Amino acid sequence: MNSPGKSLCLFWNSSIGKKIVVAVTGLLLVGFLLGHMAGNLLLFAGRDALNDYAEFLHHMLHGAGIWVARIGLLVALILHVMSTISLTLHNRAARKEKYEHEATVQASKSSRIMAISGLIILAFVIFHILHFTVRIDPELANMPDPNEPGRHDVYGMVLKGFEGPFVPAFYFIAITLLCSHLSHGIASIFQTLGLRSRKTEGSIKALSWLVTALLWVGFLIIPMSAYFKLVSDKGHASTGLIQQGTVADSTGYSPGLNRVQSAIQQGTVAE
Amino acid sequence: MSSLNSAIPSGDLAEKWTKYKATAPLINPANKRKFSVIVVGSGLAGGAAAATLSELGYQVKCFCYQDSPRRAHSIAAQGGINAAKNYQNDGDSVWRLFYDTIKGGDFRSREANVHRLAEVSSNIIDQCVAQGVPFAREYGGLLANRSFGGAQVSRTFYARGQTGQQLLIGCYQALEKEIARGVVQMYPRTEMMDLVKVNGHAKGIVVRDLTTGEISSHAADCVILATGGYGNVFYLSTNAMGCNVMAAFRAYKRGAYFANPCYTQIHPTCIPVSGDYQSKLTLMSESLRNDGRIWVPKSADVAAKIRAGEMTAADVPEAERDYYLERKYPSFGNLAPRDISSRSAKEACDEGRGVAKSGLGVFLDFKDAINRLGKDAIKARYGNLFQMYEKISGEDPYSVPMKIYPAVHYTMGGLWVDYNLMSNLPGLHVLGEANFSDHGANRLGASALMQGLADGYFVIPATLPSYLVNETPGKITTAMPEFREAEESVHDRVNLLMKNGTKGTRTVDSFHRELGLLMWDKCGMARNKAGLEEAIAKIPGIREDFWANVKIPGDSTQVNMELEKAGRVADFIDFAEMTCHDALNREESCGGHFREEYQFTEDDPDVKSGYTNPGEAKRRDDEFSYVAAWGDNGPGKKPELIKEELEFEAVKPSVRSYK
Amino acid sequence: MNLTLKVWRQAHADDRGSISTYEAKDIPEEASFLEMLDIVNEQILEGDSGEEPIHFDHDCREGICGMCSLNINGVPHSKEQGITTCQVHMRKFRDGDTIWIEPFRAKAFPVVKDLITDRTAFDRIIAAGGFIDVRTGSAVDANSLPIPKEEADSSFDAAACIGCGACVAACKNASAMLFVGAKAAHLNLLPQGEPEKDRRVLSMVRQMDAEGFGNCTNQYECEAVCPKEISADVIAKLNRDYAKAAVKEAVAT
Repeated sequence: MNSPGKSLCLFWNSSIGKKIVVAVTGLLLVGFLLGHMAGNLLLFAGRDALNDYAEFLHHMLHGAGIWVARIGLLVALILHVMSTISLTLHNRAARKEKYEHEATVQASKSSRIMAISGLIILAFVIFHILHFTVRIDPELANMPDPNEPGRHDVYGMVLKGFEGPFVPAFYFIAITLLCSHLSHGIASIFQTLGLRSRKTEGSIKALSWLVTALLWVGFLIIPMSAYFKLVSDKGHASTGLIQQGTVADSTGYSPGLNRVQSAIQQGTVAE
Repeated sequence: MSSLNSAIPSGDLAEKWTKYKATAPLINPANKRKFSVIVVGSGLAGGAAAATLSELGYQVKCFCYQDSPRRAHSIAAQGGINAAKNYQNDGDSVWRLFYDTIKGGDFRSREANVHRLAEVSSNIIDQCVAQGVPFAREYGGLLANRSFGGAQVSRTFYARGQTGQQLLIGCYQALEKEIARGVVQMYPRTEMMDLVKVNGHAKGIVVRDLTTGEISSHAADCVILATGGYGNVFYLSTNAMGCNVMAAFRAYKRGAYFANPCYTQIHPTCIPVSGDYQSKLTLMSESLRNDGRIWVPKSADVAAKIRAGEMTAADVPEAERDYYLERKYPSFGNLAPRDISSRSAKEACDEGRGVAKSGLGVFLDFKDAINRLGKDAIKARYGNLFQMYEKISGEDPYSVPMKIYPAVHYTMGGLWVDYNLMSNLPGLHVLGEANFSDHGANRLGASALMQGLADGYFVIPATLPSYLVNETPGKITTAMPEFREAEESVHDRVNLLMKNGTKGTRTVDSFHRELGLLMWDKCGMARNKAGLEEAIAKIPGIREDFWANVKIPGDSTQVNMELEKAGRVADFIDFAEMTCHDALNREESCGGHFREEYQFTEDDPDVKSGYTNPGEAKRRDDEFSYVAAWGDNGPGKKPELIKEELEFEAVKPSVRSYK
Repeated sequence: MNLTLKVWRQAHADDRGSISTYEAKDIPEEASFLEMLDIVNEQILEGDSGEEPIHFDHDCREGICGMCSLNINGVPHSKEQGITTCQVHMRKFRDGDTIWIEPFRAKAFPVVKDLITDRTAFDRIIAAGGFIDVRTGSAVDANSLPIPKEEADSSFDAAACIGCGACVAACKNASAMLFVGAKAAHLNLLPQGEPEKDRRVLSMVRQMDAEGFGNCTNQYECEAVCPKEISADVIAKLNRDYAKAAVKEAVAT
């Protein structure tokens, strides 16, 4: 028998080994996406809820937790991307000569654009991190919580971040692509880990679509609500620096147009 | 020359093989690896032999014309493989399998060989199961059996309709395992073009690499041919397109005897020919006859209307139908042996009662079975066959009866071999369909796979030392003048074909078709003296025309389909001549050889007694109870006949009756 | 019927190759696809061009030997399901159709000439472990090892593979996973195959990679074109068996 190290190399160097890496890291990333989405949806529970949650994340395990999670996710992402790039290059080499007349029998559209969707998603992830995590935009960086000035106002930042048509549009495209990626990816995890069969195929497909649809709705409802002002920031003025605590609605949630209009009016009044 | 020693061991029939194995010479392991063996062909016989001999320690080189040993035509066998296991407790035994095979072969095979075949049949099943061949099983997990080809016991093991495929894959995997060990060297896409003799012993072959066109020699201490049958001499057959007689015929040209070439089996259930362009005939498994009923209209007029499309099978009332097998053979009915079923179909069509467009076809009707068992049950049994039929014919056999017609399927004749499976040329061994030994004049269903594997797995490994023990290994090299001479002659032949081919005007296939049609008409399901003489007179003309006018474009230094086919057809032409001589010489009817002059008539005592019918094949044991081995007398000359008398000690030849 | 054929012609392995156009005239609809090519070849041969006929692999012409190949209108063995090229009949086409005919394409299946490819990579994968190592004559009685019918049937479903390579040809990655998965499943599902299971899977997959086949991206084009309709379940099983074998290899002594 080989030494464990050598076995690991053999595993990584084999096509199935790399595929398993893709599947396992993919599974971790899907898990993260679900958690991330659930956390984000606290936006609709109001500023305090979301900002509490953000604070909790930052103080988990005395502040180490978030770094463990971040590093873990980064490693998963890097492995996921590295192995898929390596596999894709290998695959392209395996079929250098193209057919003059191509045809597809049953491969889904999503499955055929995995590499492209993956790369665009990667670009999006980088943008997203710079946007909301690193906050290269100073306007988003300096937003103390109006209720607890000692902490960052994630709530306000999110709403502010989705102003203007370009960012929400990009999010819409990227999240849709992400879901396209997942519509093939989630079912593939089962296949690659050897858990799919003709008997379970239907359930796996259904589950995969369910998770994908959930993520699509759950992620897009935030920028869309912000853009269409279905949720408004009554805590911050548009400059983001003046404190407006007095008018703040405890829920921050406005279900109808009337409420939207009234919110706008309130904002105007405040100004 | 002119005498044949079958080398059958003495003693009781049932003890011969046991005694042989106990006393045959052995080669010690250290010496075995010094011996080299050439195996030509990678089907059940060749593949099994190559793998097993390699396991035993011999150095093996294996050759096949296909791109992989897994493609040999054994793969196409559908029905099953017989073995005297008696797992069904229905009274089967080695003796019964032996007896059925001898009787099925119309008492034209060697008792000792057939008994040995029946003895090793059980070991084959064990071996194949151990290799992972997924034979059909019962719910209890034990192996299932079925009755096949008219046997009274259920001794046929099967793997859906793909028994040949599964057995061959088992054998191919064993071969690949030995290739991986480095003991077998495999040469795919390589065709044997000549046999090399050194001091009268077969010691090598000359081959052509079908990809590069390179002609080269290989030397060994002995040569094994397992190159299949010659059914494609008829152009249309159930054989694969590439099946050919070249290897065996080259051996014949080098002095090996060819035995009983006139014994050709015509399979009764094939899809009828639909046009001139047709390249091959598709077999529908014989198992269909278990539930399908074969019939034609009683009147030729009705049949003519069906052919013209004015009537359909459904329009023919029950009283107007002739279920001719059930009528003539009440106890066997639709399950009568292959030769009998085929001939009956021909008779019906000759009377103008055929139902396919060409006039050559009979109905195989599942209506009654569907009514009795339900469509689902029929689908479960024959679903894939029905689907295959529908794909080919465009008709749905659940609603309209299938049309079938006999087609050339298997050839019982082959190179003459003795009990050791060695030909009259020392060192040349012949296995499987390529030899003549076990099936006599007619082969029973599910016996071809049995024989191929018996020869390859169990017989040749035990008999080969009898030859090798007297040889000094490694003495033969391709530098010897005999190899140079053989290589030269192959070069000359290829060059001649190419030289004539560039200015030729007729395609190889057109010659093959012409030859095949002549053979089918004159030396097919029914033969007569005048027809055979006519064929013998015509063949030299075809040969001359072929060599003068065949067209072969391209060159010989790369893949050249036309050149490959041309070499094979050239040999088929010469081979056809010998076959007609054999058929003309055999003035009797037996099994796959039916001479119209020799059939039972109303006046025969056996007909009067009701034992058999007029029109049945009539053997003439007094004069023809022998193996007809033919030796080459040079180009254009009638071959020399050498007889091996058949002696029956254990069974008494009788008139075959399936009434 | 009359057809226009767009056929890949390539004189030899090192030739660049290109599509040539042929008019196939008066093709009977009862003819098989390969018989249609035979007719076209006869026409080529009977012409004065001196052109060689279209070379293609074929042998049994009844859908079992696995020798015939051809990508027909972009799909291996044509878009008809569950059959090989030799079983395709012309009645499935219409008068006036244009048919594209190309070789199976994969780095591991180099073109030999025209439509003929070299598929010996499959043999080397089998040689790497696609067998049960049983010496002739050493087997026990066949019925001494009962095998549940369901297991035997599943094993058979996988064993039905004819090694034609359509799975590779259909896969955009030229992956051989269906082929390798089918053989591994055939043998691994049987108790006879159990002792060598791990070794078999590891060696076959490594050989598959070494031959230059791509890997599976779970699109199941292979399953859709497989003439024996082998399910992509065998790929899932191969993945699972491989993972287990790799873990065992890493940690077991």
